[in-house]
Amino acid sequence: MEELSLKTFVFYGFALITIASAFAVVSVRNIVHAAFALMVTLFGVAGLYVFLQADFLAATQVIVYVGGILVLILFGVMMTSGRLEMRIHIQRGQLLLGGGISLALLMLLLTVIANTPKWENLTDDGTQLQPTTERIGKLILDGKFLLPFEVASVLLLVALIGAALISRKEIRD
Amino acid sequence: MTLQHYLVISAILFSLGIFAVLTRKNAISILMGIELILNSCNLNFVAFSRFVSIPDNPNNIDGQIIAIFGIVLAAAEAAVFLAIILAIYREFGSIRPDEVDTLKG
Repeated sequence: MEELSLKTFVFYGFALITIASAFAVVSVRNIVHAAFALMVTLFGVAGLYVFLQADFLAATQVIVYVGGILVLILFGVMMTSGRLEMRIHIQRGQLLLGGGISLALLMLLLTVIANTPKWENLTDDGTQLQPTTERIGKLILDGKFLLPFEVASVLLLVALIGAALISRKEIRD
Repeated sequence: MTLQHYLVISAILFSLGIFAVLTRKNAISILMGIELILNSCNLNFVAFSRFVSIPDNPNNIDGQIIAIFGIVLAAAEAAVFLAIILAIYREFGSIRPDEVDTLKG
């Protein structure tokens, strides 16, 4: 019972970190601070993945998101923001409208979550953590996800070439 | 922990991402909102894959694989997004989406 309550405590800690830093991402005025708050959010989501017994996915989240995408975002901030544009200006009308729309969306989602009987009281089956890496590897390379895996690799190649082509300096002759 | 804990966290992340996309005036802030939305979707996939078990295959992890593909798509999307942002910055000197209106009639 002691162990269970510790687990619950850590879960709520991760949930709180994730939500609070996501709130900071959308409310902080300085875009660099927002980027670092996003890093904390991504770490929090990785922790929630661990709670869902997705160890490989948690590692992938940290490596790809924190190590890759966040560095890209900070790079973009450095390349495009002068000293004046670091601060984010928001108009009051847009703030009210956007806040109203997203609050309405949140209420809709929460209503659906609370009123779907099939999802009520589903607890995890209590199985201990089994490493998922081997099973994921088998499913991707030797299973039903082989075609999506190949398509994803082609997509990454296309994105790589496209990004290099778009962002290079145009040479006019 | 029940499924609904994760669904509520994911719903809050999704709404905050929508809020960022709707109100921010900087293309990179919009990208951060999109990343929040993608993360909430991935969290949903993994949570459903953990809690809703299929009768003939209880240890199903298909949701995790969908989430991995989601991360791959997010990486590709971020790369192309930032390339477009750099090109726009070079052309217009600004990355405020409402100032890029050459195609507007």
